[in-house]
This record gives sequence, structure tokens and C-alpha cells, in this order.
Amino acid sequence: MTEVSLLKVQNLRVSYPIHSSILQRRIGENMAVKDVNFTISAGQTVGLVGESGSGKSTVARTIIGLEKADGGRIEFEGRDITQSTRTELKALRRDMQMVFQDPFASLNPRLSVQEIIVEPWLAHPDVVPKNRRASEAKALMDRVGLNPDYASRFPHQFSGGQRQRIGIARALALQPKLIICDEAVSALDVSVQAQVLNLLDDLKQEFNLAYLFISHDLSVIEHICDRVLVLNGGVVVEEGTPRELFENPQDDYTKRLFAAVPVIRPWLNGASSKPAGTIPRY
Amino acid sequence: MTTAPTTSAAPAMTKARRSRWGVHTRTLVPCAIIALIAVGAIFVPVLYGYDPLRVDLADRLKPPGSVLPNGSIAVFGTDQIGSDLFAQMMAGARVSLIIGAATLAIAGVIGVLIGMLAGYYGGWLDTVLMRVADIQLAFPAILLAVLLAAVLGQGVLNVIIVLSISNWVVFARIARSQVLALKDREYVEAARTLGLGNFHIIFRTLLPGSLPPILVVGTVELGHVVLAEAALSFLGVGVPMGTASLGSTIANGVQYLSTAWWISTLPGVLLLLLVLATGVLGDAVRDRLDPRLRSL
Amino acid sequence: MTEQLVADSRRAQSPLLSVRDLQVEFTTSAGIARALDGVSFDVQAGETLAILGESGSGKSVTSQAIMALLPKPAGSIVGGSILYDGIDLAKEPVSRVRDLCATDIAMIFQDPLSSLNPVFRIGDQVAEPFRRRLGMGKKEALARALELLKRVGIADAERRISNYPHQFSGGQRQRIMIAMAIALKPRILIADEPTTALDVTVQAQIMRLLAELQAETGMAMILISHDLGVVADSASRVAIMYAGRIIETGGIREVYDHPQHPYTKGLLDSIPGAHAMGEPLRPIVGSPPNLLDLPAGCAFHPRCPIAVPECRAAVPSLREPEGAALGHHVACIRAEEVRSHD
Repeated sequence: MTEVSLLKVQNLRVSYPIHSSILQRRIGENMAVKDVNFTISAGQTVGLVGESGSGKSTVARTIIGLEKADGGRIEFEGRDITQSTRTELKALRRDMQMVFQDPFASLNPRLSVQEIIVEPWLAHPDVVPKNRRASEAKALMDRVGLNPDYASRFPHQFSGGQRQRIGIARALALQPKLIICDEAVSALDVSVQAQVLNLLDDLKQEFNLAYLFISHDLSVIEHICDRVLVLNGGVVVEEGTPRELFENPQDDYTKRLFAAVPVIRPWLNGASSKPAGTIPRY
Repeated sequence: MTTAPTTSAAPAMTKARRSRWGVHTRTLVPCAIIALIAVGAIFVPVLYGYDPLRVDLADRLKPPGSVLPNGSIAVFGTDQIGSDLFAQMMAGARVSLIIGAATLAIAGVIGVLIGMLAGYYGGWLDTVLMRVADIQLAFPAILLAVLLAAVLGQGVLNVIIVLSISNWVVFARIARSQVLALKDREYVEAARTLGLGNFHIIFRTLLPGSLPPILVVGTVELGHVVLAEAALSFLGVGVPMGTASLGSTIANGVQYLSTAWWISTLPGVLLLLLVLATGVLGDAVRDRLDPRLRSL
Repeated sequence: MTEQLVADSRRAQSPLLSVRDLQVEFTTSAGIARALDGVSFDVQAGETLAILGESGSGKSVTSQAIMALLPKPAGSIVGGSILYDGIDLAKEPVSRVRDLCATDIAMIFQDPLSSLNPVFRIGDQVAEPFRRRLGMGKKEALARALELLKRVGIADAERRISNYPHQFSGGQRQRIMIAMAIALKPRILIADEPTTALDVTVQAQIMRLLAELQAETGMAMILISHDLGVVADSASRVAIMYAGRIIETGGIREVYDHPQHPYTKGLLDSIPGAHAMGEPLRPIVGSPPNLLDLPAGCAFHPRCPIAVPECRAAVPSLREPEGAALGHHVACIRAEEVRSHD
């Protein structure tokens, strides 16, 4: 690949301070991310898998600017984000957006759907002129598969999957080049999850989006990602295409992780521990 | 997620029962009561030609419904110096309402602003502002009132200043705790990732979310403020002599409770009605601000 | 203990737990939601039944109804029966059901942290059923608790028995919950999303532990989950729920390999990884229905790819379609078509 990478993360290090319980004095730090390196090219989907405490969410939050890096570089189109000024960062926000995990918590309950989708344009007024915002918001709703007639409804009137579509519409509003999906489909029911995954796939084709896809669900990662990084203890232990990792994991941790993934029909590959031919009763 | 019907149904039930009683009723009835008191406070003293300094010893301590020598009927009786109690109550309500509303507005705005800034920025700003609040709490309001009265003299404005100074802390604390609870919510983080500035996040995202409990506290505080004003007036550092307030009327009547119960009781009932109406109104307003109930 | 004998002899012929036509309603501001509508199933001793469904399908309400844990006063059983040991739990007062549940029917939940009391040492919490129900002394009860903690795989149990819940990881807390659940040797264990909050490697360990314990004790298990994969290894039978009804039930291999209800088939098709890579998923269109406003007839028909006008006419009841294996029941008038599309 000769193309310039969209996002380049080098030696990223992030820690959380530990405060003493009474005096709130800093007594140490908890290294959430120790040393993470990877790149994302335009239009590429990179997956970050790992279990809780692996640091995968911290990586995402640091890239989007919700946490501060302690060391290393995060380059977006060649510019180092960690050294950027506030105004530079604000400009970067346009190109980088995030879809959050919890479709119930990530939408302001006091704003209507239209207000939620218009909000990004309040921060970046030049993206869409004022008089076209309402119609553009409705167009976005339509694009993500929501009925534009519901623009004045509130988040609580939608189901989980529909809310996640609202979150995606909001992320799309600034026409970003990279969308970070932090467990974006984990809270959804499986039938709805598939709809949202397909939507993300379609949008990727249409807008040449790159995704950083964070999930604990390996089957989701396998489905949507071009490359996968396995994170354990704040370090990338293995990297490769999903096929390489699923079929021939090298690292011990990766092997254990993939072996634990539940199989839908364990009897098909002879992995079942259940005696065959149990008589079904009703 | 998996228990969706149950977890959402339980709180929905209590909400439902409240809303069935009618957000409309709960808004309109207190509004009507407050409006009635306000109208009375504006016009009744004028119509009665109420003069707080007039002393008419012949008409002292007449029970409600008495016919006075000048032929008029004192519906609520007269007080210890022969003033018509109804007119005096309404004049008192006027002062109490002005002091209450002004104090809440000043203390509320200052307190909420300080609390939100402290909660949002944290760090040394939070430490400094909240220590100031602690010091303020430790300093008795009465002492402050005496001090201010000594410096500025007695007056309604001074009472408002004193009560504002002693009440902003309540608003600051509740606003701060609300901001602390809300600022790490995903939707607030989402606003940050959109590139929205601190000003927008504080006033457009956090403030609306923090408002409901603040409103409820505000309505409770109205009662406190009116009572505090009564206490200050009782001690002679509140509204000056010759300005009737609900508090001073109640205070004056206390020593006549056994012989002329109405002097303290009737303004007390009016005060109760006022506090109750604002309390219910605050609750209803909170529900109206809740989008989950707006659709019902 | 004669009761026990009677019960044992009865167990030989009849199911341990028999839920019949169970109906549960929730009163909400917007109306009455029928969370369960005619749910029937049997559980035999020693078998594992998986109840699968998405949010709002009623799978958790089923367990709450059995354990008398329905949130009062919003939710209540309005019809049907829950027969356990000749007693209809649906008709008994809550206190009696709870009493019975303390010894015979145990339950573990999704979130072990909120089910454990944060201010007591876990040893005391695990020992508590022994002391309260069996009247053991403190020492003896703690010894039994230690035994149990070792059995569920708490490493260094001697030392950790005096730790508090927050000092354990999520997986360990779930192990502790399991220890408490099996303390009094229940005959039925209901596990409501036992691994949903856990990491995938821990999930595999917990599922293995549950299977082992079941083999040891011969208890019946009801596994409630939204995840078709998690239960595949341990369940022998499965009941798929949609909008408060069981829409397909049967042996798990039969149901997974030859789904006969379009919803089940759609669920299986929605799972990523079940496809060739790079191919789009085949999700079920639309959203799960609102229980307050269920579509007429079959609740699934608006999302169903093979719906016909008759689907709107009546709610289909469970039946054994032609060509289906014994015990495979489907609530769909076009079940045969689903199979032929296979």
C-alpha cells in the first residue's frame, strides 16, 4: 500500500491517575495503554478486539480526544493530534467522528432527533448553511433508514437499533473521513445488529469511510474488518486480516480468545460435548 | 436490555400514575392560586386604602366577619392595632412575593452558575468555589443581616441581598452535583466529540439536564425564603416597621394566639397555600421538562 | 423427608416444572402490555432448556414469573399455571413461592455485582443459606461455604473467603453467585443471561462450570439468553420467544439446523460469521414490535419475508409441521415453506 495513511498511531501510551481515597492525592497511575501502533488507510476498516481492561476503548477515546495521551503520536493525515492546538483540534473533529456503545445514553434525551442531528453544525457552521439544516437533517435520517417524518420525536420514542441509527446520522453530519465505532452494535439485538452492520457497510462504500471498529464480539469483527488488532493488557499482541487470525492465530492469548468464541452449531465441527440424539420433549 | 419490559415498566408505572393525575391540572391549579394571591396582593391594599401606620384601638382584635364602626365588614377580622387583617395579609403577600421571587432569581442564577462552573471544570476552581460556599454556610444569615442592616439600613432591597447571599449555596451545590452526574454521560461526551465548545456544553447540554432538580429545590426554597424574611423582620433587621409582610404579621400575632387566633393563623394559611402551590408547580414543571412525559 | 420421597417417585413420570399457558401483564401509562401470552413448556430433571429471545420477547419475564420476582404492582400473572411438585406457583402467595425458591429453585442473574451485598464478606454471604435454612452454626456454615467456593473454582478460597464482593472480578463474582445458588442443592437452576456481562473467555469457563455442576447434581437448568451461540453447547432443548410467545421449540440441533419459523431462520441468518466473509448479512427487516400495540394475527408478520394475508387473521398456535422431528413445534402457518427454502 503506497497511499498515505489516514490515521497513524505510534507508541501510544495512556494512563489514568490513581488518587488516594481521602486526600485525593495522586499516588500512582494505572497504565491502560502501554504501547500501541497501527495505521488506518482511507476507506479501510480496522478492528480492535480484546477483553475488558485490554485498553481498546481507551485507545478509541484518546484518538477522538476524550482522554489525553501520555506518550506517543497520533497522526491524522500527517498532523500530530497530540500536539495540536484547540482550533486545530476542532477542525480535526470534522474529519473524525464517533458512534458510541449505548444507544440509550449517547443521545441527549432533551433534544429531538432533528436537534441531535443538527447539533454538529452548531459547532461547524460552515458545513451546512442555516436555512438548509432542517432539510439536510431529514435527508440524513432518510439515508440511515429512519422515517424523516419522525424528526421532531425524542430519542426515547425509538427502539435501540433506531437510536443507534440516529447516532450514526449525527456522526455522518460532518462528513467525516474516519468513524470510530466503540462497541457500536454490542448493545443491539442480533437481528437489529445485522441491519446496523449492513448500514455501516453501505455507508463505507458510499462515502469512502474508514472505520476503527472496537468490539468484544469477534464474529462482528470478523464480518466487518479488513484488518484486526488483538489487544491484551494495553499492548497489541497480534495483528492481521480476520482470516489469518481466525484460521491461524499465533499468539497464545489470541488462540485462547478465539477458542472461547461460542459456535452456533458446535455439532457441525464435532466440537460438541453434548451426547447426540437427546430426545426432544415438549 | 434483556429485561426491557420489566425495568422500563416499573418506573413507568409511578410516572404514569403521576401523569394520569394530569400535568395540566398540576400546572393550572397552582398557577391559578399564585395568580389569585398576586392579583390580591396588587389590588386589595389599594381598594382598602390600607395604611400600615394607622392605629385604631377601638377596632382591635375583632374576629373574622365583624362589622366595624365605619360600616365595613372585616372578613378576616382585625389585628392588634385595629388594621383590617385581609388588607394587611395582601399587603404582606405583596412584600413576601417580591422578596421571594427576587431572592430566588438572584440566588438561583448566581448559585447555578457557580455550581455548574465548579462541577464542570473541577480542580482548583471547584475547590475554591466550594470552600467559599462552605464558609458561607458556616456564617449565620442573621449575623450577616444585622451587619448589612447596620451598614445599609433596613429595607426590602437589603433583605433580598441578605437572603440571596445566604441561599445561593443551596443552588450551587445541587447544580454542581447534577453536572458531576451528567458530565461523563455518553451524550455529553458525544457533544465534545462533535467539537462543541465548553459554553455550548455547559449551557445547552448540561443546564437543561440539570434544571429539573434545581426547579424543585427552588420551589422549596421559596418557602424558606419567605420564612427567613419573617424571621429577619421579627428580629427587627428585616423589612422596616410600617411595611407589612406575611412573616411580620404572623410574628406580631403570635402573642395573641390564645385570644385572637386569626392574626397568626390566617396569614399562616396563606403562606402555606403559597408554598404548597409553588411546590406542586415545581414538580409539574419538572415533569413537563421531561421529554419522556411530554409525549403522553 | 417423606415429602421428598413422594416427590422423587412423582418425578419419574412427570416433568419437574411445567409451565402451562402462562400469561403475564404489565400495566403501563400507555396501556396494558401482555408480556407473556400463553407460554407453555416443561423441564425434566437433568435437562437444560434454553429460552432464547431478543429484548422484549418475554424471556426474562418468564423467569421472573416463576420466581415471583415480577415487579409489583406493575406486573402480574393473569392466567395459566406454573406447576412445580404438584404446587401451582402462579396461585401461591409470593412469600410461599420465595420460600420454595430458596431451597428448590435457584436463580443466577446477569449482573453479579448488584446481586451481592457490598458490605458483607463473601464467605458470610455464601454461608448464609446454610445458617438460615439449615440452621447450621457459623463455623460449620463457613466450612461448607469454603467447600462450595472451591467447587466453583475460586482460587485460593481459604484466603478469599473473607474478601468483599468488589475485590473480585466479574467472572469470579458470577462464580460466587453460582456457589450461592447451588448451596442448598436446588432441583432447578434458572440462569438469566449468566454470561452477558462477562468477557468471552470467562463466559466459556462459566458455561463449562454450569454444565459440570448440572452433570454432578442432576438438576434441571433453564438458560435464558439472547445469544444463540452461548447456549448451543449446553442446552438440549430450546424455546425461541417473540413478543411474549414461544414461536418455536424443539431439540436444539433440530431447531438450529432446520429452523421452521421465519423468525428463527432470520435470527440464525443475522449472526455475523455464519456467512462467507464479505457478503452482506441478511438481517430481519424492521424492529421488534411494541407490546402495547401488537400487530394483528402473528406478531411477526410485518417483518416476515413469507407472510401471506392469512397471517394477519389469527395468532398461530404451536404445531408439529409435516416432516419435522418429534417434539419440534412451530407457531407458523407457513412452517413447511420455511423448511423447503432451507
